[in-house]
Amino acid sequence: MNQFQYTRPAETAVAVKSLAKEPNGYFLAGGTNLVDMMKMGLVVPDKLIDINRLPLKKIEKTATGMHIGALASNSEVAEHAYIKAQYPLLALAINAGASPQLRNMATVGGNLMQRTRCPYFFDTAMPCNKRTPGSGCGALEGINRMHALFGASDKCIAVNPSDMNVALAALDATIHVTGVKGPRAIKIGDFHRLPGDHPELDNTLQKGELITSVDLPTASSAYNKHVYYLKIRDRTSYAFALVSVAAALHIENNTITGARLAMGGVAHKPWRLSTAETFLKGKAVNEDNFKHAAQIAMQGAKAYEYNKFKLKLAPNAIVQSLKLATGLAS
Amino acid sequence: MSTTKPCTPTDGEDNSNGTRRDFLKQTSLLTAIALTPGTVVKAAENQWDEKLAGVFEKQALHLEVNGVKHELMVEPRVTLLEVLREYLDLTGTKKGCDRGQCGACTVHVNGVRVNSCLSLALTNDGKKITTIEGLAKEEELHPMQEAFIKHDGFQCGYCTSGQIMSAVALLKEGHSGSETEIREFMSGNICRCGAYPNIVKAIQEVKGGMV
Ligand SMILES: Cc1cc2nc3c(=O)[nH]c(=O)nc-3n(C[C@H](O)[C@H](O)[C@H](O)COP(=O)(O)OP(=O)(O)OC[C@H]3O[C@@H](n4cnc5c(N)ncnc54)[C@H](O)[C@@H]3O)c2cc1C
Ligand code: FES
Ligand code: FES
Repeated sequence: MNQFQYTRPAETAVAVKSLAKEPNGYFLAGGTNLVDMMKMGLVVPDKLIDINRLPLKKIEKTATGMHIGALASNSEVAEHAYIKAQYPLLALAINAGASPQLRNMATVGGNLMQRTRCPYFFDTAMPCNKRTPGSGCGALEGINRMHALFGASDKCIAVNPSDMNVALAALDATIHVTGVKGPRAIKIGDFHRLPGDHPELDNTLQKGELITSVDLPTASSAYNKHVYYLKIRDRTSYAFALVSVAAALHIENNTITGARLAMGGVAHKPWRLSTAETFLKGKAVNEDNFKHAAQIAMQGAKAYEYNKFKLKLAPNAIVQSLKLATGLAS
Repeated sequence: MSTTKPCTPTDGEDNSNGTRRDFLKQTSLLTAIALTPGTVVKAAENQWDEKLAGVFEKQALHLEVNGVKHELMVEPRVTLLEVLREYLDLTGTKKGCDRGQCGACTVHVNGVRVNSCLSLALTNDGKKITTIEGLAKEEELHPMQEAFIKHDGFQCGYCTSGQIMSAVALLKEGHSGSETEIREFMSGNICRCGAYPNIVKAIQEVKGGMV
């Protein structure tokens, strides 16, 4: 690992100012993504601003829902009694990711910011527009088994690897950030971006901005009974998703009164299935409706040479997650 | 009672400040000649090379490891795993992948299990660390260590210290209700010898003894 400067401020304002002054500086949270990438030479910072002493760890119920500090660890969120009861989808998604040790270190802010696991991004000998803009996309014509079905561009077909983000998308989370220009709030759907011509940008956080919290609305806590996070991967545990589905339904008298659906492993951002949600509203709980919803969700999907299997896997995963969420399967 | 031991790196290059400062001075001078003269001459006039040397210098790190307090000086890029193994000679904690993928480096920080290979040492300043060397009381092994021996929870032993540190934490976390749950919550520790069935048995035995 190359040399870098290191500071550990105790105040948010100091951390933000400190990064604003440093063009090649990075915040350090759990380090599970950043330190890994530094070891690989993918990121070579001049300065790390260790934010672990900032007072951003609180997890608390608020008048509008749930406030989760950006430095709360993934385990603290997944084990939080109120979150498990009212926002179980989030706890399930987090626990499906990484390992217990990593979840103890990883923070909510860091998880939102984690970079793709595309093997071409990780191999500095390979072209990758995300790592080195203008160098080309190795995956486009390469081994693209893990890659996107939706929203990709000819510059990048990588996917966002996070499990937590998929649940946050389904639960309508809001990301609170602060920078030298002051605080602002970003809806989860506007936080991660599609690659377009600038795959080097994963999200809409501006240079120097710090994530301070993730907030969940009270309305999403109505989706706490019929819930499932289905993660399909190459081994039973401790692997990134090929495809994952976060499903939460509100059901009255066997009728779906509201649906929350999002997919992971299929796009450059957590992929909310809004059209399928609209279709399901008012429908009866049965497999035919689930199949129809999955078909709608898959409209516009485009596969590459090695990820064609996902065109079948993804809709099947949607149906299965809905069956598991509603008790039609176990 | 804890004591304070003075610590230095156990081997390798001369890390004294003088050497590093001189080295950085020379390299920044060479860079100075190679790059645009204008700004660089100004940099030299302002003694920026001196500042450059200063900013990369080591920083103080206070750790309590297995009940013993340590004060060391480390570069920011040194990981907790490297401090344990290279500076404190606690080589029971293993380096497997060095990338968070295998769990061989698992230790407890303030009672919580983490991968020490992905944790910068300085981020742990002021914390209490427990390694495999800190589990036994004098000659008496920790029940988890006893159970691993009894059930043959290992073959080559390379993953074992990480497995045991993880297993001890697992019981505290309360995710050891069933074999499936134990396997899921031990999945951060890879065993290339495949000792998993016996590792699960060892954990179940200690768990049984606790109820
Ligand atoms: C072996 C392995 C397996 C994994 N498996 C999975 C998996 O299956 N599913 C999954 O979802 N994830 C997985 N992960 C990824 C893991 O979840 C992320 O590495 C973790 O969430 C990152 O959080 P962190 O706090 O460690 O971030 P860091 O590594 O500290 O930071 C990551 C990035 O976020 C920035 N950052 C951090 N906090 C803030 C903030 N508050 N404001 C602005 N920027 C910030 C940093 O500057 C850095 O650029 C895995 C990781 C490893 C190493
Ligand atoms: S050495 Fe740390 S996880 Fe492998
Ligand atoms: S005992 Fe050999 S790796 Fe686990």
